[in-house]
Amino acid sequence: MPTGVTTMSGEIYHLHMLIFWVCVVIGIFVFGWMILSLVKFRKSQGAVPDTKLLHSNKAELLWTIIPVFILVAMAVPATKRLIEIEDGRNAELTIKVTGYQWKWQYEYLDNGVSYFSTLARDSDAARQLDSGIDPNTVPNYLLNVDNPLVVPVGRKVRLLVTSQDVIHAWWVPQLAVKKDAIPGMFNEIWFQIRPDKVGLYRGQCAELCGRDHGFMPIVVDAKSPEEFDAWLASKRPAPAPTAVAAN
Amino acid sequence: MAHSTHADHAAHADRDHHGPARGFIRRWVMATNHKDIGTMYLVFACVMFFIGGAMAMVIRAELFKPGLQFVDPQFFNSMTTAHALFMIFGGVMPAWVGLANWMIPMQVGAPDMALPRMNNFSFWILPFAFVLLLSTLFVPGGSPAGGWTLYPPLTVQGGSSLPMAIFAIHMMGISSIMGAINVIVTLMNMRAPGVTLLRMPLFCWTWLITAYLLILVMPVLAGAVTMLLTDHFFGTTFFSATGGGDPVLYQHIFWFFGHPEVYILILPAFGVVSEIIPTFSRKPLFGYESMVYATASIGFLSFIVWAHHMFTVGMPLAGELFFMLTTMLIAVPTGVKVFNWSTTMWKGSITFEPPMLFAIAFLFLFTIGGFSGLMLAIVPADFQYHDTYFVVAHFHYVLVPGAVFAIMGGVYYWLPKWTGHMYNMKLARTHFWLSAIFVNVLFFPQHFLGLAGMPRRIPDYSTQFAEWNMVSSIGGFGFGLSQLLFPIAIWQCVKGGEKAAARVWEGAHGLEWELPSPAPYHTWESPPSMAAINRGAEH
Repeated sequence: MPTGVTTMSGEIYHLHMLIFWVCVVIGIFVFGWMILSLVKFRKSQGAVPDTKLLHSNKAELLWTIIPVFILVAMAVPATKRLIEIEDGRNAELTIKVTGYQWKWQYEYLDNGVSYFSTLARDSDAARQLDSGIDPNTVPNYLLNVDNPLVVPVGRKVRLLVTSQDVIHAWWVPQLAVKKDAIPGMFNEIWFQIRPDKVGLYRGQCAELCGRDHGFMPIVVDAKSPEEFDAWLASKRPAPAPTAVAAN
Repeated sequence: MAHSTHADHAAHADRDHHGPARGFIRRWVMATNHKDIGTMYLVFACVMFFIGGAMAMVIRAELFKPGLQFVDPQFFNSMTTAHALFMIFGGVMPAWVGLANWMIPMQVGAPDMALPRMNNFSFWILPFAFVLLLSTLFVPGGSPAGGWTLYPPLTVQGGSSLPMAIFAIHMMGISSIMGAINVIVTLMNMRAPGVTLLRMPLFCWTWLITAYLLILVMPVLAGAVTMLLTDHFFGTTFFSATGGGDPVLYQHIFWFFGHPEVYILILPAFGVVSEIIPTFSRKPLFGYESMVYATASIGFLSFIVWAHHMFTVGMPLAGELFFMLTTMLIAVPTGVKVFNWSTTMWKGSITFEPPMLFAIAFLFLFTIGGFSGLMLAIVPADFQYHDTYFVVAHFHYVLVPGAVFAIMGGVYYWLPKWTGHMYNMKLARTHFWLSAIFVNVLFFPQHFLGLAGMPRRIPDYSTQFAEWNMVSSIGGFGFGLSQLLFPIAIWQCVKGGEKAAARVWEGAHGLEWELPSPAPYHTWESPPSMAAINRGAEH
């Protein structure tokens, strides 16, 4: 799993690694115990069964209570992180993300900028059945789009995720956000890319949405705040000509 | 045991009027004998495993390398959908009902299942249900391709295959409910005098709890898919936002069925493993009562964790916390089980016959699936795992080396009792080792793929995922081919082989081992003696 580039993604990565190592330690203990039994108590080695070993309240209580403590120890940081993740207040930029079969639409709600984002043409050509094009020759095969989502680093960006047809899911592993895009509903997610993490981050639709589910990637172009503002200004539709008094 | 077989024949002769009926139709189509029906269930499940397996081979072939080589994406989606439906409803569930039919009456000293005609009906629905489901592959528009979970609105886009699939699911549900009623009534009313509830073998206990889960949740599934049907054909909008409905409502209803369903698939496996491990450790099961209570707790918890399958739909924080904490709680009774099995082996006298090999592999690999399950419960991390190959790896670890290995272990355990012959141990061991190695080559790399960011249910992928997909596919082909040894081993055993003793395995305890091998067509027509029950109840 990537460590990611947002303020939250590193925390999620560390949580993942924490649980992973807890599982590894429990695994070493449990599997070690099993292997020891299998080696030590083989009949071929003359092992005699101890048929009196039927149950032990002490042991059974112990291996009920100890796991409970381990679980509580895991639940505490997980709960903390979750509360932070669900706090989408004070966003500086709101973008509406709409899933379609099979493309994404991005609308910068405060700025009137809106466009679609679809699979890049070279990937689309190569992915046809028996296209004869080696995917290895296509840069970022299936993970490239014509118009990426452009966001500023360092600012808290809020996405309102929805859909026009079936359920999709917007997911970029480096940003550690995944949310279902559901017709008739708006789901909120947010991320704040760390100021030094200018770059391109790639993801995919993560909820089966029909034939071309595998072919609606997501690319996020994280620009410095200045470049972002300039980009947004260049995209902004020319202001409608002010109605001159119709003389 | 030549003399005892002789005696059996003599005993049989005067009961011939209710021996097996002659002729296919009278023996099998009109079957009411629990052993015949059990056999039909098991043969049916085996056929379904191979059909579902063939679909998995199509999936792994397409995913062998990047680019689309063999199938259209729509057909790929049909394959993932049908693979799941065939394996879950056609393979694992009927295999468990088959084992229940064979073993439960023999284990509790009952002459047959309580409701033999309903038993016949519940089996004979299944072939029709699955022929109908399979035939959807040939209708215009292709078979359902919205995933086995049949989420709307995607599933409602399906063509004429949708009502066929839904009707097939209704039939499977009716069959399961009737099977479950039969198990409950048999266990509640037909236990021989002296076989108290807490003296039942664990296979009976886990099946009893499974049967209650089935009765409680199959109607929920039927309701959910019926609403899909009316949404599609009769203009209702239960799950359509445009008419005031809610697509997420379907997911809540589905997973209220779906999570207990997961335990329906695995609880009988716990039972089988709890029979095999004591036998080959030559030591009674450790903590029998805590096993029963742990099973019951898992059954209860299964009803309050469903939304952990859908953490990304946008639930309120309180909901996410509730489902995270209850899900983590399942680790406790499951841990109790694993510790009890381990302690059963501790200070035992262990031998490694094929059933034991499968049970040991179950113990190790199911635990790995349990660990990844615990990781998936942690909501912030689940946002990264959800709908990726990490989830695919997780549920295949609990279902293949979990449920399926337990089924195969159970078959190898009781096969000599059914046929009266020992099977080819060498062949069975080869089958085990090939399966155990390839299953890991197949599914372990999928953890890496998921963590690296590969979503599930995609027919083609970015080149960065190529290596592990190729490894996984090689494991898949190896695993698929190894399974061909299983019916060969069974067929040889049916045809002949070394005579099996009544107590096939040295350390076996239980009423089924008090009967001769092969088990006569009718067993326990007079209840077992108290001495036999006491010998059997050394858990």
